[in-house]
Parts: sequence; structure tokens; C-alpha cells
Amino acid sequence: MNEMSSDKKPSRLAKWSRRGFIGAGVLAGGGLLIGVAVRPGNPVGTLAPKVAPSEGEQLINSWVKIGLDNVVTAIVPHCEMGQGAHSVLAQMLADELDADWNKVKVMQAPADGSYVVTDTARMFVAPFTLNAADWIEPTWNGLFTQVAKLADAMITGGSSSIRTTGQGQMRVAGAAARQMLIGAAAEDWGVPASEIETRDSTLIHAASGKSATYAEFATAAAEQPMDQTPKLKDPSQYRLIGKSKPRTDIPSKVNGTAEFGIDAAPDGLALSYAATVRPPVPGRRVESMDASEAKAMNGVLQILNMGDFVAVVADSYWQAQQALNRVKVTWTAPESAILTTEGQFASYTRALDDAGATGGKEAAGKGDVVAAFESAATTIEAEYKVPYLAHAPMEPINCTAYVRDGKCDVWTSTQVPLMVRSALSEGTGIAKDNITVHHPFLGGSFGRRLEAVYAVMAARIAQATGFPIKSIWSREEDTQKALYRPSDISRFRAGLDERGALIAYDNVFTQRDEPAEASVPGIYSIPNTKVRVAEAEALLPFAAWRSVDHSQHGWFIESFIDEAAHAAGQDPYEYRLAMLKDAPRHAAVLKRVAEISDWSAPLPEGTAKGIAIVESFGTIVAQVIEVDMGSGKPKMLNAWAVCDAGFVVNPDGFKNQIEGGLVFGLTAAMYGELDLVDGGIKQSNFHDYKMLRMDETPHIMVDIINSGDVPIGGAGEPGLPPAAPALTNAIFAASGQRLRELPIAKQFV
Amino acid sequence: MAKFILNGEPVEVDADPAMPILWVVREKLGLSGTKFGCGIAQCGACTVHLDGQPVRSCSTPVSAAEGSEITTIEGIAGAGGELTVLQEAWVSEQVPQCGYCQSGQIMSAAALLRDNPTPSDEDIDAAMSGNICRCGTYTRIRRAIKVASGQLEARAEEA
Repeated sequence: MNEMSSDKKPSRLAKWSRRGFIGAGVLAGGGLLIGVAVRPGNPVGTLAPKVAPSEGEQLINSWVKIGLDNVVTAIVPHCEMGQGAHSVLAQMLADELDADWNKVKVMQAPADGSYVVTDTARMFVAPFTLNAADWIEPTWNGLFTQVAKLADAMITGGSSSIRTTGQGQMRVAGAAARQMLIGAAAEDWGVPASEIETRDSTLIHAASGKSATYAEFATAAAEQPMDQTPKLKDPSQYRLIGKSKPRTDIPSKVNGTAEFGIDAAPDGLALSYAATVRPPVPGRRVESMDASEAKAMNGVLQILNMGDFVAVVADSYWQAQQALNRVKVTWTAPESAILTTEGQFASYTRALDDAGATGGKEAAGKGDVVAAFESAATTIEAEYKVPYLAHAPMEPINCTAYVRDGKCDVWTSTQVPLMVRSALSEGTGIAKDNITVHHPFLGGSFGRRLEAVYAVMAARIAQATGFPIKSIWSREEDTQKALYRPSDISRFRAGLDERGALIAYDNVFTQRDEPAEASVPGIYSIPNTKVRVAEAEALLPFAAWRSVDHSQHGWFIESFIDEAAHAAGQDPYEYRLAMLKDAPRHAAVLKRVAEISDWSAPLPEGTAKGIAIVESFGTIVAQVIEVDMGSGKPKMLNAWAVCDAGFVVNPDGFKNQIEGGLVFGLTAAMYGELDLVDGGIKQSNFHDYKMLRMDETPHIMVDIINSGDVPIGGAGEPGLPPAAPALTNAIFAASGQRLRELPIAKQFV
Repeated sequence: MAKFILNGEPVEVDADPAMPILWVVREKLGLSGTKFGCGIAQCGACTVHLDGQPVRSCSTPVSAAEGSEITTIEGIAGAGGELTVLQEAWVSEQVPQCGYCQSGQIMSAAALLRDNPTPSDEDIDAAMSGNICRCGTYTRIRRAIKVASGQLEARAEEA
């Protein structure tokens, strides 16, 4: 590898002109920054000061810059919340760029309109109707319902970063930058571009013996025309994609230096701290407040009645929270008649009873279900019930806000920084251009940080007090005042023919049907199916919770299929396999999980395995869980997962996500439950909203099938949906007890 | 004025004696590696060592540290910032996802390995089950502790 010689630099810099801004830009001091113009007009020129302000950095396009030290920096538009997107997106860009992975850095793209994740946004918006995906709409009051609003679509969710931004933008940006570097070298060396090879951030012309680092041509490359549709590598040419490269964010996460939203310590700002309390459900307001006791407490600066919430501002968060605990707040009367868990489920039961055998809104259907039931040899029925769930990310909700002179800066963990900026503008009256959203790492999210309310609350407190403040929600506040995975009741009826095959399938439930495929048993060849929604009021606001509606429907469907298998007197694995005859990828995944789990091996009395398969977010996942019921309570021993995401970009990172999704699903299955009492949530913290702990977690083995030739599937969510049904199916196999309600633990007290 | 040794350095800080160590360390002393998770000693994200013993700093008043030694995640690496064997195992096994709980996990594991250099699975479960990881990295934490204690080979990096 040739090192850059100092005598070359001035000549290349001298050649630079500013005409290159259409496709690329150069920075003061040289270097290269590149961006894929998925919209007309590449914003590199205006972006450079924001993302590549240092001497010796060259923005080549909006997604990549190259420094004089030959370090390639991938500018990543998705947030990092533990899913590994930062590192894996950089891996995709670096592969197409033929960059030296040891000299690749990752930079979080700023909350700027240039970093709208167009392809992700397209996935969230139906391409022809431009209607919002239902699961995102309630979170964002329909921000997605108009195409104009895509301007705010800098979003991380839907297990989408790799398969949309990675495939559509990062790889293209890397390939385009490589072509520009080659073009610049070809001109300088007077050789055909086609003869120049690239490897480890070096340009090589074998015939003439010339070579140079990318840094040497970074400035000149920014002048080159940028191909919007460069040729991407064939999988046989991958050097980084498909390999388990270590994640770039991990070293900072083992020594305490990783910066999360809650760690924000902006230079030169002396922060005060805010603790807040909101009403039991949104819509209710402060009726009266008695803060006399709290006012006198140490460190308390201000106590604010904000109408929709109460805030205490103090010298420390601990003092603010202590004082807030002594403020007596009376909220206006509940608007809903639903005040208890029983009341909530009664409303669902009424809606289902009203819908009867054929009513409700049809969500999916094929064949003639009525006729098929008439010809069935056996009919089975089951009703399942799931509770409300909270996301409970480890990092409590927080936002640091500084409002002054018509400007607003916030530092916060968010999945949607540009939507936060719009919401802040509405909430404070400050123009969007004068609002900066700084968004460091997220300490978990799982859908929790798709809302902006906490940032707006912090900015309003900062505005009202004039202080720069850090607002932190207590764990109790986050458990009780968030957005929630809906509770639901789902009723099934199935008709089996004389050999036990499923010939009729009818399902009706009350809460949502998004993503549309979540409630459809579409992977199975069942000739006559009907899926219906009998809508009923839910007290708590809806959230996209890791895997969205797949979390409940995966459990409903895979529990009921298991019941059908047992009703037919057949092995649950063989029964499913027989219904996957038209789904070869699914069948292969199911077969592999049976193989690696040694499905049919005899087990001791009281120990058994359960199986489930769910496709979500483009990835097929089958799981087997082995459970020991010997003590009368379920103890999970082993879990096996086999996944087909088409092609996995970073196998170890993918496995980590599947392991995590599985544990998340098992946590919900074992413990997850929020009860309603007096129109609010009863549970408050990890003592009564329990998480699975290490001693309860089974050994987990994950295997990957790269079936290829299909669009890449997601990783963050698909590991979750099969976990609960695999576990309850195992409990049935071990004990004969069919669980039709979650969570599990309370049924074995 | 509270007085104690923090990561080997004597400190004096003006804080309410009832204020938990967590908030003194984070807000008054500017060390943000120790995390707030629950505030009621249920999750372990705030774990620090007080005179060598792992404690939940969210529920331990600073008065309990008077004259004592507090070690946080920032205080366990070598003088030049070089990672400990335990931290290196966390990297080789690619343990963290979001990473928020991992300071507390590592502080609990460090205390375990000091008292028990070759822990069994049961020992690891017993020492680590006070620490919640919402991302579900338990399998990897177990592995990393085995690697750090020389009971398993580190995962080889793929070329």
C-alpha cells in the first residue's frame, strides 16, 4: 500500500473546483464526501460543514467521507439501539467501496432532511395508495399519510435498515464512490478506468505499477460525475458482506464510554434536572395540584403545572423525583368507561359476540369456509387472550433540552429524529430550521422511542423555566405512561377432514390487523380460510412493540395449529410440514430445526419439546423449545432457532438479534402483563413487570439458512413471534395443559 | 461534604448524605458509565463496587461510602485504558446489543471472577441473575465469563 506523499497533495487540491457539488463535495483541507441522490439535487455542498467539518475530510456523497489519513467514514442514517445497524450498514458500504475494514469508522447522520431514509419510508407507505401503514399511524397521528410528510422519514424500525437503506443506499453509495475514485485516478494516470483495481482502500494499476491510497484521490474524486446506478457486486465478489465482522460500537460499550441520550452533557451548559408525572392515560389533565410540601424540599427550583403534566425542576434528578413524589395531583375524570382489566376484556368479548360466526371486517379470506365447515369430519374451537405489554427498554425515557433566543437544541434517544424535530416545532413554536436534534445511542427501544412526546415535554419545561434541563422519566412513569402492545382476544374455529387435515379455518379478534400478513396463516396450504376483525375500544394507546402484531398473532396462530395437530392425532412437526408442501423455504427451515433439536428423540417423563414457525419482516424463523415440567412449573432447558432471511449480511450479529428476540418473546410469554386498575396501569417497575433473568434463560442455538434469490429479510424482530407458541406448545406436550392465556408464570403459582 | 475514594482518587463532594451514589457519580462527578435503570435495586444497571463488593448504587446513599472505595466501570481498565481480560471477552464474544446494561453486567462479573476464578454455569447464574438485559444477551454473557475465566476459547474473528 502506498502512503500518501506530501508533494502530491497540493497539486490535487489545486485541481479542485466547486463544480463537483452535484454529485459530491470537497471540504476545506481536502478529502471526499459522497451521497446517493435518490432525490434530485445532491445536498453534499450544504452537508459538508455539518458532517465533515474537520480539516482533511472529504465528503464524497452524503453517505461517505474519506480523510487524509485514508480513514473511510460511513455516515449512517439509522439510529443504533442495539440492533447493530451502524456497523452492518458500514460493512455494506465498505464492501462495495473495497475499503480497508480496519480503517472504517461510523458516524451517526445528523437529523437533517438529507438523511431521510427513502427506501425505508417507501416500505412504511404503501407504494400505490400512499396510505400509512396502520401500525405507524397512531404513533404519529398520520404523519405518514401524505407523501409530503416523507420529509420527516428518518426512521429506524420494521427490521428494515439493512434490507432497505443497506441494499438501496449504502451499497450504492459505496459503489458510486469507488467509481469516482477510479475515475479520478484514471485521469491523473492517463490509463483506462477499466484497468484500475481497488483493494483495502487502495487504487492499483498493475500494468504501470502505479498505486495510491483513496485519500490521495479523494478530492479529485469529488469532481467526478456520480453514477446514480453503479454496478453492484455479485455475491461471489463480497469481501465483507456475509462475514461476521466485529461490531464497531462494541468496544465503547464495555468500558462505559458509549454515550446514550441520558448521558448528554453538552459543553458549557449547567444543567438543571426535571422529573415529570403524566395522567394515567393521555387526554386527562391536571385538575388541581398541591405542591406545598415539595416546594420546601432541598434543591427544588420550580414546580410547574403544564396542564397535561406536572414537572419538578431541581438541582439533581434525584431531588426532583423525591419532590415530585410529594406533589399531590388530581387528574380530570376518565373519559373512557374502561377502568379495569375485566372491563377491557369484557369490551372485547362483547365485540366478538356481536360479530358472531361471520361478522366483523374481513381481513383475509380464500375458498368457501362455510361449505368447508359443513363437510368437516371434526370441528375444534379455541379462544386465546393476551394482555397489554410495555417495551421497558433499559434506558429510561429522557431528553435534555436547551431553548434560547428562538433556538432549540435537544439531546435524546429516538428512533425518529426528524419527526421529533417537527413535533418540537409544533410544541414550542420555534421554526424547524432553528431546532437541532442530537441523537446518540439508544439504550434499547423496541418501538418505545417512536413517539416524540417526551422531547416536547422537555423542551416545554426548558422554555417555561429558561433553564437548560435534563428531563428523566422514572421507571414507574415509563411503565405506566407509555404506549402499549395491545391486549386482545382471538377466537378460532377449524374444520378437519377424516384424515385430520385442516380444510376450514376461521379466526376473529378485536385489535388491529397490521402488518396485514400478521394475522393470516398464509404460509400453510389451508384451502378455506377467513380472518376477521371485530373492532373494540382499547383504553391504552397503541404502540408498535417489537414485531408489532406478529407478537400476539404468532402465538394465537401457532397455538391453534398445534391444537389442530393434536386433535388430528398427529405429530405437531409432521402436521405443519405436510401443510408447507407449497412453501419450500418454510419447509426447509422447519426440517432443519427438527434436525438440530433432535425433535423425535425420546425425553424423560415431564420433559418435552414444542415447535412453532412464523415468517415476519421477510424472515422465516422456526423454533423448538424444550421444557421440564417435573417440578410442576415450567423450566426452560434449550431453545433452537433456524432462520432464513434470504441472505445474512453479518451472521454473528444476526444470531445475536435472533437470540435477543427469542428472549424478548419468552419474557413476554412468561411474565409480561399490565393490569388496569381505576383507569390506569397497576404494574410499575421490574419487581412486578418482570423480565426473564439469566438463570431462567434456556441455552440457545441459532442456525442460518441463506436461501438467496429473495429480498433480504429483517433481523431485529423475526426472532420473537415463534418463541411464545414454541414454549406453550412444549408445556402442553410435557403436561397436557393447553395454555390459552398469557402470561404463563401466574398460571403455575 | 462526602469523602471517599473513587477509582483510586480521593474525592470530596457537596451532596445530600441521602443522595444515592448513582446520582453523585453521574451528575456531580461526571462519570456517566454507571447507568440508571429502575431506581429500586431490581435491574443491576447501576452496579458499582463499594470496598470491592458489588452494590446497587441507585439504592445506596452516598453516606454509606464515607471513607470507602468506590469503583465504577471507568475504574476497572488499566492505567492506559487497556481493557481487562473480562472486557476483552465481552468484545470477542460480541456480547452487547444496546449496551446500556453492560457496565452493570461487567461490574457484577468482575466481582464474581475475583472471588471465584472458574465459575460453573450455576455459579454464573447465581451471581448474574440480579442484572437484567432487556436485549437478551444472557447466553453471550455466560460465554464471555467462561472465556474470561479460561474455560472456553474466545470466538475467532472471521477473516
